[in-house]
Amino acid sequence: MGLDPLTGIGSALNFFFYDTIKILILLFLISAIMGVVNAYLPVERLRNFLISRKLYGFQYLFAALFGAITPFCSCSSIPLFIGFVKGGIPLGVTFSFLITSPLVNEVAIAMFLGAFGLKVTLIYAISGILLGTIGGFVLSKFKLERFLSDWVKKIHSQSAVETEQWEREHIPFFNRLPTILRDSLGIVGGVLIYVIIGIGVGAAIHGFVPEGFFETYLAKDSWYSVPVAVMAAVPMYANAAGVVPIVEVLVAKGVAMGTAIAFMMAVVGLSLPEATMLKKVMTWRLIGIFFGFVALFIILLGYLFNVLL
Amino acid sequence: MEIKILGTGCVGCKALYQMVTEAVSELGITATIVKEENMEAIMAYDVIRLPALVVDEKVVASGRLLPQRVQELLAGL
Repeated sequence: MGLDPLTGIGSALNFFFYDTIKILILLFLISAIMGVVNAYLPVERLRNFLISRKLYGFQYLFAALFGAITPFCSCSSIPLFIGFVKGGIPLGVTFSFLITSPLVNEVAIAMFLGAFGLKVTLIYAISGILLGTIGGFVLSKFKLERFLSDWVKKIHSQSAVETEQWEREHIPFFNRLPTILRDSLGIVGGVLIYVIIGIGVGAAIHGFVPEGFFETYLAKDSWYSVPVAVMAAVPMYANAAGVVPIVEVLVAKGVAMGTAIAFMMAVVGLSLPEATMLKKVMTWRLIGIFFGFVALFIILLGYLFNVLL
Repeated sequence: MEIKILGTGCVGCKALYQMVTEAVSELGITATIVKEENMEAIMAYDVIRLPALVVDEKVVASGRLLPQRVQELLAGL
C-alpha cells in the first residue's frame, strides 16, 4: 500500500487490513455453518437430550460438546444454568456446559483459524471440550449443590422433566437458509467492533514492541509464566473476537503457545463480570471453587501445550 | 395486548426492546411494551436463552432475534 513494510507503521497497517478481512470472511462462514447446526439442534433440544437419556458417564462429554456448538452469549448464562438445574441435570454436568460454552464457539473458532491455522484450532477446540468434560466431572465429586443460592436450591429440589416445550415450527432447509445467512451477517456485524479493537491493539504491539520483548517475561522455560498469564487474565474481560488478535501478536513476539492459549482461555472463560452474574444463582464460595478449579485446569493445559507445541 | 421483553439489561436485550418499539409503531399495533429484568420473574417463563419475547404472557421467541423476524412475529399476531 505504498508504505515501506519494514517500518513500524507500514507493517502494522498491513497486518491490520489483511487480518481484519480474512477474519471477517471466516467469521461469516463459520457462523453460517453453526447457524445450520443450531437450527436443527437448538439448546432446548440439547437440554432435553441430557435430561431424558441415560448416558453412562458420557453426560459430561456431551454437555461440553453441546456447550461448544451453542453460541455463547453472556446474557444467557444464568437462564441456561437455571434451565439445566430445573430439568434435573446434575450440577457437574451443567458446569461442563458452562465451562466449554464461552471457550469454544463460532467466534473463537473463526478467530483461531484466521490467526493460527487448522492444527492449533483443532487442538484448542478439543482441549476446550476436554476442559469442560473433566472440570464438570471433578466438580461433581464435591457435592456442590449445597452452595447454590436458596431460591435455586428450591427449584433444584422440585426439578422434574418438563415435557411441555416451546418447539420451533418445522421449516424446510432452503426457506431457513436466508434467515441463517442474515443471522451470520448479524454476528459479524455484532463482533466487528471487537475484532477491530483487538486487531488495532495487536497491530500496535506488532509494529512497536521490539522482537523478543515478551520472551524476557513469558518465556517457555520459566515455570511461572503460565500461572502469571492466567492470574493476569481473570480480572480482564474480552470476548474471543477481541483477544485472539492480541494473542496472535504475543505468540509472534515470542510468548510460548501454551502460555498464550492459557491466557486466552482465562480471559474469555473466567471474568469478574461473569462472577457477579453467577452470584445470582450461587454463593461466593461456589463461584470461588468453580473459578479456582477452572483456573487450575487452564494452567495445567498451558504447561501441557508448552511441552507439546 | 401486552408485549414483554425478558432480559437482564444486556446489549441484546436492549436491542430487542428497540426493535419491538420500532416494529410496534411501524405496524400500528396498540400494545404496552414492558421490560422484565428481574431474574426470578424471568425464570418463571421457562426460557433458557435471552432475550425472550413474550406476548400476552406467552413466550413467542427466545434467543437473539433480527429486526425482520421481530416484525414478522408481531405482524402475525
